[in-house]
Amino acid sequence: MRLVRLADQDRPEITFCFEGAACTAREGDTLLTALLAGLAGFLRQSEFEDGPRAGFCLMGACQDCRVMVEGQGRVRACTTRCTAGMRVRRA
Amino acid sequence: MSDSADVIIIGGGGAGCSAALYLAWRGARVILLERGLVGSQASGANYGGVRQQGRHAAELPLARRAHGIWRRLPELIGTDCEFAETGHLKLARNEAEAAELYAYLDTARAHGLPLEMLEGAALRERYPWLGADAVAASFAPQDGSANPRLLSPALARAARQAGATILEQTAVTACRREAGHFVVEAGGIRYSADRLLNTAGFWGGQVAAWFGETVPIRHHTPNMLVTEPVRYFIRPNLGVVGGNVYLRQIPRGNIIIGGGYGSGDPAVPMSRPDPVVTLRAMQRAAALVPQLADVSVIRSWSGIDGIMPDRLPVVGPSATTPGLLHAFGFSGHGFQLGPAVGAVLCELALDGRTETALDGLSIQRFARA
Amino acid sequence: MKVAVVGAGPAGVRAVEQLVRAGLRPLWLDEAPDGGGRIYQRPPAGFRRGAAALYGLEAKRAQALHAALDAAKPAAEWRPDTLVWDVTWAEKRLHLLHQGRAEAVEVDAAILCTGAMDRVVPLPGWTRPGVTTLGGAQIALKAQGCAIGPKVVFLGSGPLLWLVAYQYMKAGANVAAVLDTTGFRRKLGALAGAPHDPVTLAKGLYYVARLRAAGVRVAEGVTPLAIEGEQPDAISALRWRDAAGREHSTACDAVGLGWGVRPELQLADLAGVPIGFDTVQHNWVPQRDALGRTPVPGLYVAGDGAGIGGAVVAEMAGACAAQAVLDDAGLPADQKLVNRLQRRLRRQARFRAALERAFPFPISLAATMPDETILCRCEAVTAGELRAAAAPEGPHGAAPEVNRAKAFTRIGMGRCQGRVCGAAAAEVLAAQLGTDAAGIGRLRGQAPVKPLPMPAWQGESA
Repeated sequence: MRLVRLADQDRPEITFCFEGAACTAREGDTLLTALLAGLAGFLRQSEFEDGPRAGFCLMGACQDCRVMVEGQGRVRACTTRCTAGMRVRRA
Repeated sequence: MSDSADVIIIGGGGAGCSAALYLAWRGARVILLERGLVGSQASGANYGGVRQQGRHAAELPLARRAHGIWRRLPELIGTDCEFAETGHLKLARNEAEAAELYAYLDTARAHGLPLEMLEGAALRERYPWLGADAVAASFAPQDGSANPRLLSPALARAARQAGATILEQTAVTACRREAGHFVVEAGGIRYSADRLLNTAGFWGGQVAAWFGETVPIRHHTPNMLVTEPVRYFIRPNLGVVGGNVYLRQIPRGNIIIGGGYGSGDPAVPMSRPDPVVTLRAMQRAAALVPQLADVSVIRSWSGIDGIMPDRLPVVGPSATTPGLLHAFGFSGHGFQLGPAVGAVLCELALDGRTETALDGLSIQRFARA
Repeated sequence: MKVAVVGAGPAGVRAVEQLVRAGLRPLWLDEAPDGGGRIYQRPPAGFRRGAAALYGLEAKRAQALHAALDAAKPAAEWRPDTLVWDVTWAEKRLHLLHQGRAEAVEVDAAILCTGAMDRVVPLPGWTRPGVTTLGGAQIALKAQGCAIGPKVVFLGSGPLLWLVAYQYMKAGANVAAVLDTTGFRRKLGALAGAPHDPVTLAKGLYYVARLRAAGVRVAEGVTPLAIEGEQPDAISALRWRDAAGREHSTACDAVGLGWGVRPELQLADLAGVPIGFDTVQHNWVPQRDALGRTPVPGLYVAGDGAGIGGAVVAEMAGACAAQAVLDDAGLPADQKLVNRLQRRLRRQARFRAALERAFPFPISLAATMPDETILCRCEAVTAGELRAAAAPEGPHGAAPEVNRAKAFTRIGMGRCQGRVCGAAAAEVLAAQLGTDAAGIGRLRGQAPVKPLPMPAWQGESA
C-alpha cells in the first residue's frame, strides 16, 4: 500500500526509525501516513497467517494498524503522531 | 401440558450437561431444563483452567476422575474443547507461600497427582520470562486449560445425539415432590420424573431450598480479561498461592487473565467486570510476567458462580428428599470437575452408588452447622 | 452539577455550548487531540489548506462548528486525547485513559456523543493493504493531505461514496471508478414522491455530475466480487459484475469502501442503556426519547451514536440533549429553542427515512459472501466458519444467536470487538438460520471499548 501525498506537503521533514532503518516523514504525519507514504508497504502481519495488514478505518476504530513504538508499546499508527527520533517496528 | 422422564436435570452448565450425556448413554430418559443457553454462566464465562493442583483433598477424587475424562473428550464427544495439558505452574512469592506449596505435596501424592517443585535458578532457567516476585513454584504436568465457551455446548450436543432432551430458554418456576414423583414446572409445562438432579450453579441454592435444605451459598462474579494476541511464549497455566491473579496464554497468542471479582445480580441475571478490579489484575499480571507491559487488554467479562463458605461444592444425595441429587455451588472449581460430576451423578441416579469418593462434599455438612 | 460530554463532534460541541450557556462547566472528553469529530476533523498544525478545500460545500458549517468548539473549550473542562474505556453507571463513574494511564471520574450526568463509523461488507481480499473504509479514505485526504493510493476505486453505497470520490477527484487524485451497489432505479424510486432533503439531494447529484463530467467511470447496481493483488501487501484490481451480469476487472492500487455508517454505541451499552434494532436504519441504536434521554437516569445520547442522522441532525440533537439535562436537573431550559429544534429534527427524520430507502444496507450481498471470505479481520474468521457455527451437526451444536456464534468462532472477539464485521456477520448468520438481523441479536459491548495498555493501572494507583 502506498499513500500518495497530494496537498499540504510543504511541512518540515523529520527523521524516524522503522525496523532499524532511518526514514523521513513530515511534521504532522501520523505514523500510518509516515510509514505508508514511505516504503513500508504494510504495518504488521496478521497473527493468523492470512497476510499483511495496513489499517482499514484510519479513525481509531478497527485497531488494524497496530505497530510497536519503543517506550510506548503497541499503538495505533492512525492515531499516533510520528515524531522525530521515534523508533518503530512492526507489532 | 406435561412430559415425563426418568431423570430431570435443572441447570445446563458443565455438570448438568455431562450428567445428561452419561444418563442418555445408559439409556435413561432425560430432560434437562436450562433458563438461558447451556453454559451461559459460570461454566461458560470462567477462566478455562483445567487444574487439579491445589484442590482440597475432598475434591481430588472427583478432579482425578475428571482429568481422565478431559483426556478422552475427542473420543467421547468428538471435540477436545481446546483442552491442552500444558501443565499448571503455581507460584510462591515469598517463603510462607513456598511452605504452602511444600505442604501440599503429601495431599497430591496420596491422590496420585504428580507435582514437581522448582526453586531459584531452576525455576528461572525453565521460565526465563517470570518476574522477580516468584521465588518457588510447583508444576503439575497433568493440568492445563480448555475453552470454557465450548464445553457445555459440546456436552449438550453429544447428549442430544444420545437421546437426551435439552430445553434451553426454559426457566424452572416451581419444583416439588408429589406422590413419589418430582414435579417441575417450566415454561408453562409440567415435567415429572422419579429422579431430580440439581445442577443449577448459584441458583442450586434455591432449588435445594425448595426441598427444605437451606445452604449458605453466595454468588461470585470472577473478573476475567484477555489481551490481544502476541507471540506464544507462556506455555503453562499460571497461578499463585492465594489466587489473587492467574493467567494463561493460548497458542493463538491471547493471554487470559483472572483475579478478583466484578459485580452481578443473580436475579436478572446479569454480571459485569469491575474496571478497578481489571486494572488491579493487569498490575498483578505484569508483575508476574513483566513482558506483558507492552500488551493491551482487549476485552473483559464475568459470569455468576455459586460459592460455599468452605469453597467446596455440594455434591451428593439430598438429606431430605430421596431421589434428589445435588451438584452445585462449585466455588470456582466447576469447569475442571464438570465432566466427572456428570458421570458420578449418573451412577448415583441409576445405581444408587458411585466408586468416586464424595466425602466432605455432602449437603449435610451445612445441616449440622 | 457535573455533566460529562463524551465526544467533541457536531453533537458534543452543541451540547457543551448549551451547557456553558446555562452557566455550567462540563467535563468534555474526546479521544482525539482536537475536536470536530470525524466529519469536521481538522488537520494538525502546519497544514495550510483552507476550509473550502477541506470541507467543500460544508465549509461554512465546519467553520461555524470550529468556532463554537474553540469558544467552548476554555469554558469547559476540556480533556482531549482521553478515551472513555468503560462506564459503571451504578456509581455514575466514567473510566478514562489519558496518555496510557487510567483514571476514574464521577459525574452527575453524561451526554454520550460517540459518533459513528463506516458500515462495511467484507469481500474476498478486503484485508489487503490498500483497502480502507470510505471514511478512512476521506480522513487520509482531509487530515493528512494524502490519497489512499495512486489509483483508487470507490465502492459501496450512500452519500459518502459520492462525496469522497468527488473530494478525491477535486484534490487531484486518480479515481479509477465509482461503483455503487445500489441500482439507479432503487434510488429514484425511494426519493420520488417521498419527503426528502432537496439540499442533500442536490449536492449528491452535483457530485455525480462532476465525476461523470471528469470522465470517471461510474456504475450503479454492481456486485463486487473480489479485491485482487499479485503481491501480498498491495492490490492490483477490483473484480466486479455490472447490473447486466457482465464481469469486469478495474485496475487500481487502492479501494475505499462503505455502505453507510453505524452508531458507536459501546459506552451506552456498557452503561446499561437498552439497545433496539431500528428497521429504517438497519442498525442497532440506544433507546432514547426525542431529546436524547435514555431510560437510564442521568444518561443522554446525541448525534450519530444515538442513531444515524448525519452532522446537521447531530448538532441539533446535541443542543436538545443538553437542554434535557438542564430540565431534568431543575435548571432553566430554553424551551423555545427545544421546540424549534424538535420541529426541524422531525422533518430531518422523514428525509432520513427516504435516504435509508434509497441506500439500503446490502443484506443479500453480505449474506451471500463466499465461504472463504475473511469476515472478522481481527480474528481471521471466515464466513464459512460462521455458517458452520449455525449447523446443529457441528461439534458444539447450532449457535442460535450472534453472541453464541461469537463464543464458538471468535467472530467479533478481536481488538475491534465486532465494530467492523458485526453488521455483515449478523446477515451471514441470519441467512443461515432463516431469520433476520433483528432476530439474530447483536454483539454485546464489553469493556474496554478500545484496547487498554497494560501499564494503564499505574494511573489508578497514583
